[in-house]
Amino acid sequence: MHSLESVTRGFLENVLGVAMARGGDFAEVFVEDRTTSSAMLDQRRVEELSSGRDRGAGIRVVVGETTGFAHTADLSERGLIAAAEAAASVARRGGGGVVEVRLGEQRNYESLASIAPQDVEKSRKIAMLKHADDVARSTGAAISQVQVGVGDSSRHFVVANSEGVYASDHQVRTRFNVQCVALGDSGMQTGYRPIAGTRGFEILTDEKIAEAARGAAQQALTKLRARPAPSGDLPVVLAGGTGGILFHEACGHGLEADAILKQASVYAGKVGELVASPLVTLVDDGTVSGEWGYLAIDDEGRPSSRNVLIENGVLTDYMWDFLQARKDGRSSSGNGRRQSYQHLPMVRMTNTYLLEGSESADEIIAQTPRGVYVAQLGGGQVNTTTGDFVFGMTAAFMIEDGKITTPLRDCNLIGNGPDVLKRVDAVANDFSMTPGTCGKDGQQVPVGTGQATMRLTGVTIGGTAG
Amino acid sequence: MSELLAQAHKILERVEGSEHIEVFLSSGSDTEIEAYQGKIEKFSSATSAGVGIRILQESEGGARIGTAWAGSLDEDAVATALREARDNARYASLDEYVTFARPDGVAAVELQLSDPSVASTPLDEKIAMAIDLEKAVRSADPRIRQVDSAGYTDYISEAALASTFGVSASYARTGAYLSVVAIATDGSSDQTGWGSSVGRSPRDLDGDVATRDAVRRATRMLGAVKPTSMKTTAVFDPRTSATLLAIIGSALSGEAVVRGRSFFAERLGEVVAAQCVSLVDDPTDVRHFAASPFDGEGLACRRNVLIENGQLRGFVYDTVSARRAGTRSTGSALRGGIAGSPSAGCRALQLASGAQTQEEIFRALGDGIFVESLTGVHSGVNPISGDFSVGITGLMIRNGEIAEPIREVTVASTLQRMLQDVVMVGNDVEWLPGSAAGQSLAIAGISVSGS
Repeated sequence: MHSLESVTRGFLENVLGVAMARGGDFAEVFVEDRTTSSAMLDQRRVEELSSGRDRGAGIRVVVGETTGFAHTADLSERGLIAAAEAAASVARRGGGGVVEVRLGEQRNYESLASIAPQDVEKSRKIAMLKHADDVARSTGAAISQVQVGVGDSSRHFVVANSEGVYASDHQVRTRFNVQCVALGDSGMQTGYRPIAGTRGFEILTDEKIAEAARGAAQQALTKLRARPAPSGDLPVVLAGGTGGILFHEACGHGLEADAILKQASVYAGKVGELVASPLVTLVDDGTVSGEWGYLAIDDEGRPSSRNVLIENGVLTDYMWDFLQARKDGRSSSGNGRRQSYQHLPMVRMTNTYLLEGSESADEIIAQTPRGVYVAQLGGGQVNTTTGDFVFGMTAAFMIEDGKITTPLRDCNLIGNGPDVLKRVDAVANDFSMTPGTCGKDGQQVPVGTGQATMRLTGVTIGGTAG
Repeated sequence: MSELLAQAHKILERVEGSEHIEVFLSSGSDTEIEAYQGKIEKFSSATSAGVGIRILQESEGGARIGTAWAGSLDEDAVATALREARDNARYASLDEYVTFARPDGVAAVELQLSDPSVASTPLDEKIAMAIDLEKAVRSADPRIRQVDSAGYTDYISEAALASTFGVSASYARTGAYLSVVAIATDGSSDQTGWGSSVGRSPRDLDGDVATRDAVRRATRMLGAVKPTSMKTTAVFDPRTSATLLAIIGSALSGEAVVRGRSFFAERLGEVVAAQCVSLVDDPTDVRHFAASPFDGEGLACRRNVLIENGQLRGFVYDTVSARRAGTRSTGSALRGGIAGSPSAGCRALQLASGAQTQEEIFRALGDGIFVESLTGVHSGVNPISGDFSVGITGLMIRNGEIAEPIREVTVASTLQRMLQDVVMVGNDVEWLPGSAAGQSLAIAGISVSGS
């Protein structure tokens, strides 16, 4: 039912010919048709069902070091040719003649969804929301509010470029989240759990939903007993699954080739050097089937791949998109992504994770006399030039005498990427992944992060207690 | 009537049975130029248009709303959105408070928010502004080793909203920005600094201000150290105080209050802040970049007093949250584009100006920290519980003056505590993009986590 059938080989070749006519070195057409739907339940009311559709094309033309870009919602050949001319206006050396572009064989990829979102009745989605609400409320009497959301997107795209790349993909993503508020003598506390995958509604079983709802409620209830977090440097144990985002922020962004080539990263010029504890092997891997950052091909038509960034502490490579790879005379690593047809692709992560180790999580905790156990990290932010980062702890506990004790109120932890990589002194064998949304230069893309339970010898905890 | 508003009225004619329709249309164009090493690195030009439709179905005991949107004004896109919104409404819970805004007789203030020079300025001049900015920053100081990004952006946008209850509103807006990130080095380590200039047209922009700020911020952070942990008074610069105000504003949303998600709930009339804190939300003040004649439901925006001399005086409401609270809309519906539904929120916060300059505040304090940037705000601040813990960079204040730079440090408190602990408000109001204007703000009792 998508409107990309009219976008044929001949049509794309014509548009690319116009885009190249003024002397461009490279041109690309990206045509996208995306439908989304969402439903939300709040205070036991089904508040809003929303459906949306966005379709259009983005065209870029590269001339030397300059990129011209234009996008349009008009998918007629006339609409795309007008956009191609606008994008090509950066190229001023061409004579305006006819340039012939020949596309290669088309590669088509299909979504992994076995239950497509559009085949799920709206009443079934609402039943899922109510189920989560019931489970969360029955977890504890102090649960005063429950907010549950379900959303899905179905994204078809075709990408073709002047070097002959011609590919299409269909990406289906499904997401469910539960947020709970617990009310106690100490005020309100919140708990949150997401379920998300690059799959269809088969990931939303009643058991999974109940588990997320109980988890979110339990987290809010536990935090009612929370005391202010300490202030200062302490050893930190990151629970399996939740800490991957720290490495995404703390070093992943600094390993993106655009930051490297502009000398705006602490990791520039460090390939082959020991940059982390030998326990650290960091991988960015778009091929992890069904994970939130999974891609068959990236938004430049390049098949995704598994790229080892740091191996046993040694920096092995960066992440590349088409443009950065071209500047460096190599090939893309499949990390060219864009939020939509209205955005230019740039180097982005997919699923970024640390390989697991061999220790047991319980032993790591038992061998930590005093520290902080982080059961859930929220979002974070990094300055790639300095490597300094900040992270929110949304569920954390004290570790005292090798045991997990008092829950802590929400606070940030702060550190420096290159420094924290060297502070990894234990990695367990309980690997898992978490979905997230990564923002860069105003563009949001889905990403996965993962790791096993691990310990950092010292991180600054930004609490208020001494 | 603008063409876009006429188009919205045309869609209202497709109302079926006893339902009500609300149509929100937007259209616009934007230009973005990024310069690097004296050349254009990226040039982007685009137009876009979209429609957001809400359908209200009333029945005994309440009503239901369904929503749909499309990133196009094509006939088939509008028809699909109408059909989907109608279908979605069937599945919403019946709610006695749910409805659309009715015209409330408050006249909209006329505001000049668009400047024709955005369209009439030749592209080559815009490109030159971006390239000149990059060059100026690069050559301003020998310690600047790189310009991470330097760019010019502008936009022209129009929005129209109409409903079968008789709401009919439209307005146009333009904007232009210059922004730059500089990287300075002292040979052993690097620091970044950011500068910008904002206006409604390229004529309003001042590249020298953007250059000066970026270079000063980057170079004076060189040699930054992690300070020892302490409890002290922090002076937030106008940009960071605007961020704080925006977070406090989110807890003053009537929607957060009626949903029990604000630490201000049940505290109306109480003293919630220091005597020197008076906060209004005033989208009718044209100096604010977010100024607007109409809110996200098409009602006239108005000046709302939120905190006066420390006392909590009111919240901002849209139609539905006002009904739940037993009051009237304050013209404060926000709408996040065509895909968003209206919800109550602050649009143009402004703190009553104090008497002192930033330097006078430093001298009055003697010792403290000066906060120049905040990181991890979305993860470290919980507007429901009020917990506050963010990363900062800035400088120490010693003997009333700026001293050594500091980094890799967090500041923490609770929003409730911070409001009570405001000791001085500066007179240096800066009009910034976003939902709050900023000025220097000194807050005591801040926990600083360092080494």
